[in-house]
Amino acid sequence: MTEASRARAEILADIRSANRRSAALPPADETWETLPRAYRQTGALSPADCIELLAERLRDYGAGVVLVAPHQVADAIADILRRRNQSSVLVAPDVDPAWLNSAECSWVRDRPLSYEALSGVDGVLTGCTAAIAATGTLCLCHSDSSQGRRAPTLIPDYHLCVVRAGQIVENVPQGMRALEPYRNQPITLISGPSATADIEMTRIQGVHGPRTLDVAIVV
Amino acid sequence: MSTVPYREFVDFPTSALLLLQDNQLRGNVRHATDVIQSKRDRVVREMPDWQALRDSGYAIRAHTLDYLDTYLEQFADRCTAAGGHVHWARDAAEANRIVVGLARNATGRVLKIKSMTSEEIGLNDALLAAGIEPIETDLAELIVQLGHDRPSHIVVPALHKSRQQVRELFARTMNLPELGDRPEDLTEAARLYLRHRFLNTPVAVSGANFLIAETGGVCIVESEGNGRMCLTLPRTLISLAGIDKVLPRFRDLEVMLQLLPRSATGERMNPYNSLWTGVHPGDGPQEFHVVLLDNRRTEVLRDQQARETLHCIRCGACQNACPVYRQTGGHAYGSVYAGPIGAILTPQLASMKRGQSLPFASSLCGACYEVCPVKINIPEVLIHLRGRVVSAKPAGGLTLEALAMRAMLWVFLGEARLKMAQRLGRIAQRPFIRASGWIEWLPGMLGGWTQTRDLQPLPRQSFREWFERRPPSGGPE
Repeated sequence: MTEASRARAEILADIRSANRRSAALPPADETWETLPRAYRQTGALSPADCIELLAERLRDYGAGVVLVAPHQVADAIADILRRRNQSSVLVAPDVDPAWLNSAECSWVRDRPLSYEALSGVDGVLTGCTAAIAATGTLCLCHSDSSQGRRAPTLIPDYHLCVVRAGQIVENVPQGMRALEPYRNQPITLISGPSATADIEMTRIQGVHGPRTLDVAIVV
Repeated sequence: MSTVPYREFVDFPTSALLLLQDNQLRGNVRHATDVIQSKRDRVVREMPDWQALRDSGYAIRAHTLDYLDTYLEQFADRCTAAGGHVHWARDAAEANRIVVGLARNATGRVLKIKSMTSEEIGLNDALLAAGIEPIETDLAELIVQLGHDRPSHIVVPALHKSRQQVRELFARTMNLPELGDRPEDLTEAARLYLRHRFLNTPVAVSGANFLIAETGGVCIVESEGNGRMCLTLPRTLISLAGIDKVLPRFRDLEVMLQLLPRSATGERMNPYNSLWTGVHPGDGPQEFHVVLLDNRRTEVLRDQQARETLHCIRCGACQNACPVYRQTGGHAYGSVYAGPIGAILTPQLASMKRGQSLPFASSLCGACYEVCPVKINIPEVLIHLRGRVVSAKPAGGLTLEALAMRAMLWVFLGEARLKMAQRLGRIAQRPFIRASGWIEWLPGMLGGWTQTRDLQPLPRQSFREWFERRPPSGGPE
């Protein structure tokens, strides 16, 4: 037996002897099904109230939020990017090409780009896989058909996320249910711009991740 | 547990007495714990199902421990199938050897995400001894590292430092003489200091908040984005996790991700949660290792009355709520894990050979149990461990305290003896009762009690005496 497999065998044996499990114990899966889950797993709010709650919670974190009608998304994006002085913006795979009509902004595709190249991009534009209203959380799943690689949503200093009304759920259990199909993929949950309160408990927005986060909710 | 960083520690009362004289430290600790606690209370109150979530949190953790072998094997198999490498470490030395071995190919330095477990095994010292420089990337950990200091809180490890102190430290170590002392200035300095290190360091070492058996995935919860940087940019990622960190299924995160952020920082959700499973071609590290650490956790598991210590998800809520911690701060505990959870975890992880004074560093008020998101009954475990500490004392060397306890037992076992003792006590206490009606000073060993509190004298009549002498009545009214 190698040293590595001996360590594994010893730890597992120690656990078994510590647990003194009887052979009659039902399988783990069966017992797991019976665990108490009396917490809320469904929503109680109307879709309109959910949108309002999401917007409120996001603003609470210091994110910029705008509500836009479906036919105004492209104009809204152009407007936001102009206000934020964004001249080069990386576009995630899930972004609808119809949203990209800003003349002032150059759109960048992740071909994939090197980290140095990503450092030279102003911001990133993505959609999301789900958004959780109660916690103001944007759920990104990282694959070619969704929000793309992780690095492009991390290195640029600015992130604009477009949320469609149908992607909004009320609470965390509903959100995790929506993410379940993507559970083997990298997932990033984003709740406001990066922040720290490590110095005298003063909340400072923006440390290493994008320091500015804007969200456009399509209603 | 490593003995290197905390070898000067004697016992809790000694270090507490010393630290209580540091007014600035006490002010900082008080401020930080007040802020987090009031934020926590606010966001917990808005959850109508908080108690149901705690019940589920407890049940999930207890269930996981019951089937720990099953879930760890499942995690290891699925993580390996997804392209990860799983290593098993029986103790701190073995874990350090594994991580150092993996990091040796790095260019002399590794990035680190704040991890209590790496503190527990003294990983930074092991890396330095091998000529590898660990770069702490969490702002507070960076402050601790640059200042050759020690973390004092699970969630905000540098809460004992004021911003003027941080400014001086950064100005000196980052060579920024013009640096301002607003928190914004200091955060910006850390961002610039770390940016090129993030982009150019090929290896990162992280802890793990949760391992998911069902998927072989790992979850890391953070605020600053330094975690995402370390998990995404380097070529190689090494995650060190206690064997207690496993969760059965992806779905269990819906409970933990509600309990942890609200309890830890008083936020509805922390800014960033990262989840990944093994290696993802073209995205993130292309070499991924998980080191599963025992380091006496299986011994904790063996103690039926203390094993729920392993439920802990390291939120730090018990520290903020603890009236003892709030006075002394974390350093008084002389261990990586401070506060109520440290008082029960530290001695157990040291096989009761270190930190024996810690289970006594509590008034047993129960505030820690009240706030614990996974319902660890810390007061009960504290009492159980006090028992273990006392019974572990060598039987031959009978202390005065042990003798007194035995005499008490003998007195309490006989009614006549108890009556006699009460009568004697009433006579003996007379010279000590002040005009106020209280005993304010006692001689010798008993003085330990009256040093900080007054004592009510024995009453003139005991309940039994009153019962025997009461006038006969005509039966129940």
